[in-house]
Amino acid sequence: MPLRVCSFSFSRPSSPSSTVISIDSDTKMRPILMKGHERPLTFLRYNRDGDLLFSCAKDHTPTLWYADNGERLGTYRGHNGAVWCCDVSRDSSRLITGSADQTAKLWDVQSGQELFTFKFGSPTRSVDFAVGDHLAVITTDPFMERTSAIHVKRIAEDPQDQVADSVLVLQSPEGRKRINRAVWGPLNQTIVSGGEDAVIRIWDSETGKLLKESDGEVGHKKPITSLCKAADDSHFITGSLDKTAKLWDMRTLTLIKTYSTVVPVNAVTMSPLLNHVVLGGGQDASAVTTTDHRAGKFEAKFYDKILQEEIGGVKGHFGPINALAFNPDGRSFSSGGEDGYVRLHHLDSDYFNIKI
Amino acid sequence: MVAAVDIDGRAAQLGINWSEINLDSIQLPPGDDFGIASDDEAVYHEDQSEFDTGFGNIIVVDHLPVVTREKYEKLEGVVKKIYNQLGVIRENGLWMPVDPDTKKTLGYCLIEFNTAQEAQNAKEKTHGYKLDKSHIFDVNKFDDFDRLMNVKEEWEPPQARPYVPAENYQKWLTDEKARDQLVIRHGADTEVYWNDPRQKMPVPVHKRPYWTESYVQWSPLGTYLVTLHKQGAAVWGGADTFTRLMRYQHSMVKLVDFSPGEKYLVTYHSQEPSNPRDASKVEIKVFDVRTGRMMRDFKGSADEFSIGGPGGVAGASWPVFRWAGGNDDKYFAKLSKNTISVYETETFSLIDKKSIKVDNVVDICWSPTDSILSLFVPEQGGGNQPAKAALIQIPSKVELRQKNLFSVSDCKMYWQSSGEYLAVKVDRYTKTKKSTYSGFELFRIKERDIPIEVLELDNKNDKIIAFAWEPKGHRFAVIHGDQPRPDVSFYTMKTAQNTGRVSKLATLKAKQANALFWSPTGKYIILAGLKGFNGQLEFFNVDELETMATAEHFMATEILWDPTGRYVATAVTSVHEMDNGFTIWSFNGNLLYRTLKDHFFQLAWRPRPPSFLTAEKEEEIAKNLKKYSKKYEAEDQDVSLLLSEQDREKRKALKEEWEKWVMQWKSLHEEEKLARQNLRDGEVSDVEEDEYEAKEVEFEDVIDVTEEIVQESM
Repeated sequence: MPLRVCSFSFSRPSSPSSTVISIDSDTKMRPILMKGHERPLTFLRYNRDGDLLFSCAKDHTPTLWYADNGERLGTYRGHNGAVWCCDVSRDSSRLITGSADQTAKLWDVQSGQELFTFKFGSPTRSVDFAVGDHLAVITTDPFMERTSAIHVKRIAEDPQDQVADSVLVLQSPEGRKRINRAVWGPLNQTIVSGGEDAVIRIWDSETGKLLKESDGEVGHKKPITSLCKAADDSHFITGSLDKTAKLWDMRTLTLIKTYSTVVPVNAVTMSPLLNHVVLGGGQDASAVTTTDHRAGKFEAKFYDKILQEEIGGVKGHFGPINALAFNPDGRSFSSGGEDGYVRLHHLDSDYFNIKI
Repeated sequence: MVAAVDIDGRAAQLGINWSEINLDSIQLPPGDDFGIASDDEAVYHEDQSEFDTGFGNIIVVDHLPVVTREKYEKLEGVVKKIYNQLGVIRENGLWMPVDPDTKKTLGYCLIEFNTAQEAQNAKEKTHGYKLDKSHIFDVNKFDDFDRLMNVKEEWEPPQARPYVPAENYQKWLTDEKARDQLVIRHGADTEVYWNDPRQKMPVPVHKRPYWTESYVQWSPLGTYLVTLHKQGAAVWGGADTFTRLMRYQHSMVKLVDFSPGEKYLVTYHSQEPSNPRDASKVEIKVFDVRTGRMMRDFKGSADEFSIGGPGGVAGASWPVFRWAGGNDDKYFAKLSKNTISVYETETFSLIDKKSIKVDNVVDICWSPTDSILSLFVPEQGGGNQPAKAALIQIPSKVELRQKNLFSVSDCKMYWQSSGEYLAVKVDRYTKTKKSTYSGFELFRIKERDIPIEVLELDNKNDKIIAFAWEPKGHRFAVIHGDQPRPDVSFYTMKTAQNTGRVSKLATLKAKQANALFWSPTGKYIILAGLKGFNGQLEFFNVDELETMATAEHFMATEILWDPTGRYVATAVTSVHEMDNGFTIWSFNGNLLYRTLKDHFFQLAWRPRPPSFLTAEKEEEIAKNLKKYSKKYEAEDQDVSLLLSEQDREKRKALKEEWEKWVMQWKSLHEEEKLARQNLRDGEVSDVEEDEYEAKEVEFEDVIDVTEEIVQESM
């Protein structure tokens, strides 16, 4: 497909206190605009090697792209509802997707073949493979009389042997509130979940016991929209509609950092290379009015992970940012917006020379 | 007011129809205030308890005739007859005690009415009533009895209260760093801050949730901060922290206004009529700020107070009472139909006991420094009688100067801040009466005979969008022309060669501006594009006629100079949903810092009283500024050094703390290595662990690699 290229700048933050260089060179940092979805993006995921990018959107078809040039490799057809989340196995052979059609599906990444369908009585919101890819955690929304739940499924080596049974089902104490994301903790011993009740919970993945809950004092004040963990499972970051993102220790659930911004946070990610975190979001799509496009603040904002200070921002979307993912090599990242675009940004030398 | 809008918005979000809710039906669990501590609730209870002994409807009538048993009923009949005219006496509500020995009455009786109002009325009406020559009624309320009984027989000299030195209400002016204060309201909180541009942040002084129920306002000299409550207004101030200095009872007060010298506070309350056809009731009280005494109150229907407001606005145009200039607070004036009522504060009554009659007067304006009133009367009789602008001297009521104006559609008066000039903007009809054009009549108040000069813009048809005098100066600025890119012109009343004539200094073409904000010290002006222009700011030096800086505070709704003219605050208030907060700029347009606050309602600088320095002294200081500035520059440098030192320390601490976490994670990761390998069916590779490499080295590598990639992808 033809690539659309559009000028773009990495602008310095408005705060005068930070001494950030401004990256404004049309020649270098051009994003690649990938228009493959017809509906708002919901999730982005790189594989471990960083050469493939999976995108999910509300248009039923997860799409696979080359992470380098944004060329579309293929789509995964089979879902009959918005696709909320996906995960790819460590060897990039399997893809799992969760959809509003009340199923989660396993796919063969290369052939696009549907391998198995987990059926639930309510939409599935998030999926995550465990270390070793033998387990997956799937969350389901509250729907009709069903409450939100976290399901642990065993993933068989051979799709022929795959069974639908859950190894474990966890019920959130706030069942009517949606769980937006659940991921595996270190060594698959725990499951970390966060959702609309603004509480982060750590569960024992063996017994299903609730081990820890985030403190209401320091924790989020509004629904948690996204959760992203570090590559070594040591810490994770959560984004919330309370206009903050928070960094937590994954073992002890200690709050380490808080990043404040001016708009609700829909998506968060961390650079695997530098001590940077990226926050994406914007005014709620329904609140976007006829005012100036700048009013929405649809910007991916970079923060220094340690100093909690804003370093810069990447503008371009004309709707709220719903998804963010950093390439595992830390040299590019992509953002997916309510506007239906995926923007793939290769970071240039100016970015790597940022000093604050 | 803003809060109400906010509530409406919130209700609309939740899909609640306000009008259907009976607020009184909402019952909070007793003893639970939902964590909302309200200090005026305490006030409320306090005030209530003073009146609530339960015997408010009983009066004691003394000095009745002493009668025997036989005449008892007759006397009872007489008393009942008197009091039944004044109110409803309760059943068995009349009790005349009888001496058990003599079987005669004791010469007094108690009467219980249905309501306390009736009792009050009866007391007022019959106190001193002559039943006959020797029996003059002495009526008291039962509630007052204890107090009256306890009056000591002998007069005691009132004890001299020990002298308590009053706090220095002006202490904020002695701030070592000469900072200014500002108050902000956001959400439920009201906060006072020092503006500290050296530290590039606001430094908190005082914070209180639910400090006021609508808005807050500084007094004109900055001594007091007034807050509004259900029961009335209160002023706050003091040396170190904000303590309540005085309360002014005026239930459901809506608006307040100070006299320019802070001696008096005017409070306003309007009651919506139950019948929508009636005019709303208005009550205005004037208090002495220091003693809290009510000096005068005015009651009436809104119509009596709303003349002169921008046509057709419901309620009164605030302030109803306009105070004469200067700091002696001697006169205040009210405009009503065909009359101007000027009161003087010595007696709080009309000057010469009567108002000034001016047929059809629509606007009045005081000189900011003298007791001169300017007024405007529009055309009457279909143009047979010309419109008139006039100046009246108070208290003599002598007309100093007047000018007749023809084919006038509208008129506005602008006084220069030191009362030297008055500009009257006159909109005139063109010959066809289809459109209007504007011109100015400029009065030179301080010159002999008050000469008037007519000024027309170069292009007569230009619309005038904004006008502003330079404070304490001789210049003024006008925005004129057509949107979206009007012109800005500067004029001066005084030039070196030409003292008696107004002359144009410059015209700036095609500016994105619709409002003018002069620095309080003059010389600098901000040409602002609010609303449609999204908050464009141009900082302009009028002496040099050059732009110092241009900037934007996106969607800014307010621009406020600090009282010294050193800094400017621009704010986005809650009329917009996003980006609420304020930004502080230096006078020349350097952005100093930003503060974001959700639901931002109000920002107000604390005013400063006028300087005690004479004009000569000020000039001398300005001349030797270099000498002084050295000292301050050194101080600035010290502060910035200290700050960067603190900043470094803080960063170092943060980095160390982070390193500790990373070390811990690394070691745990190492420990779990084997377990992880097992989970991955023995796969050894753990590549991502490299991420904790020393970064300096990595950066260099990265640059090369990235550039190659970029070239490839191009």
